Amino acid sequence: MQQIFNFVFKNSYKLLFLILLGIALVFTVQSHSFHKSIVINSANFLSGGVYEQINSVNEYFSLRGKNEALAIENARLKELLHNQKDTTKFPEIDTIRGVKKINIVVAKVIRNQYQSPENYITINSGSIQGIKTDMGVVNDLGIIGIIENVSPNYATIQSILNLKSKINAKIKKSNHFGTLIWDAKNTGYAQLIEVPRLASIRKGDTIVTGADSRIFPENIGIGVIENVYTDNQTNYYTLNIRLFNDMTNLGHVYIIKSKEKDEIIKLEALTKKDE
Amino acid sequence: MNSAMLSNIARFFLLLAAQILLFNNLSFFGYLNPFPYVLFILLFPVNGNKFSLLLASFSIGIIMDMFCNSGGVHAAACVTLAYLRPNFFRFSFGVSYEYQTIRINDKLTPERFSFILTTIVTHHTILFILETFRINFVFDMLFKIILSSIFTISLVVLMIYLFKPNKR
Repeated sequence: MQQIFNFVFKNSYKLLFLILLGIALVFTVQSHSFHKSIVINSANFLSGGVYEQINSVNEYFSLRGKNEALAIENARLKELLHNQKDTTKFPEIDTIRGVKKINIVVAKVIRNQYQSPENYITINSGSIQGIKTDMGVVNDLGIIGIIENVSPNYATIQSILNLKSKINAKIKKSNHFGTLIWDAKNTGYAQLIEVPRLASIRKGDTIVTGADSRIFPENIGIGVIENVYTDNQTNYYTLNIRLFNDMTNLGHVYIIKSKEKDEIIKLEALTKKDE
Repeated sequence: MNSAMLSNIARFFLLLAAQILLFNNLSFFGYLNPFPYVLFILLFPVNGNKFSLLLASFSIGIIMDMFCNSGGVHAAACVTLAYLRPNFFRFSFGVSYEYQTIRINDKLTPERFSFILTTIVTHHTILFILETFRINFVFDMLFKIILSSIFTISLVVLMIYLFKPNKR
């Protein structure tokens, strides 16, 4: 016993170093392993509060652009409204369940990161506004990412510019599915992989979110095809996609709360159990 | 609570604030950020308490990780740098560095520059290796380590010249 204490006292500096390094490495490995949330993240009152203060100043420099974007979106929505075939007919609401299938929460980006291979965005809405992990985030142009960590007032988003991001997407006109990833090279482009060779693809085709995704509703814009590569080993296309969104310049975003998601997941879990 | 300790605490918070408010948002060429907050570890007194240096380095790293959403990469790099700091002193200033009065915070001499160079390159190497963590991005990683190190070293030298505590 005495010797153990002596050893600890003699090597206490080394031991402290190893303990601290071990903690740091555990956090690092956890942040890199797939589908596992980061322990230390910016969705808390300290860093969230600091970023909100910074953003409240920075916001003023982009007001003009934001106003223009909102005006354009309003114009598009007005166009949709006035071009309805029957103006007296309201959008159908499922009266039996009495609720809409999708609720939307608006939030503001208070920290946008796009330099590293694994990027996260911090927003100023959290669990008080009803945000939960794995909800989809979009804006008026297209998809942004998926909610990763949530605190009462803030949340972090795993951006589509993240090596860990994998989103189901399809080609709008032909309904061929693929997986949307990012190769960590250019913030303006993402890649659609595992598109079958059968698909007829042309440069400039639009890519939208697929129906297989439980997180995003179908047909939300992602981008247009810029280049097409064929993989010689597998029989798949890899497409380079120019994103609709400028991911380096984000203002307000919308979080999609899908009422059906839990039901689908529960049903699928049940089905798997029976097999 | 002596003045050296107070100035260290002040440096901790000022460098952290400068890093988060200013340097994290520079993104040179779209992806390159300098990390001059390591200056805190470099400027910690040579004969200061090494346990407090280790703990302070860990906390500055973990706060950076919290703000950058990067897991624990900054903490790991900072703790390693703090632990290896005596070796870098020995490398740059000779074996009997403990008996000299070393001031990093002064005019640039070859010894001081070699110390700054080795420490910052070590820190950035650990940082970017842990941040990338994938074998197929090795060249991007090396590119980032070299460019970021140059960026940080020039900023650190500039900051030392700007905030020299006593002008003679």
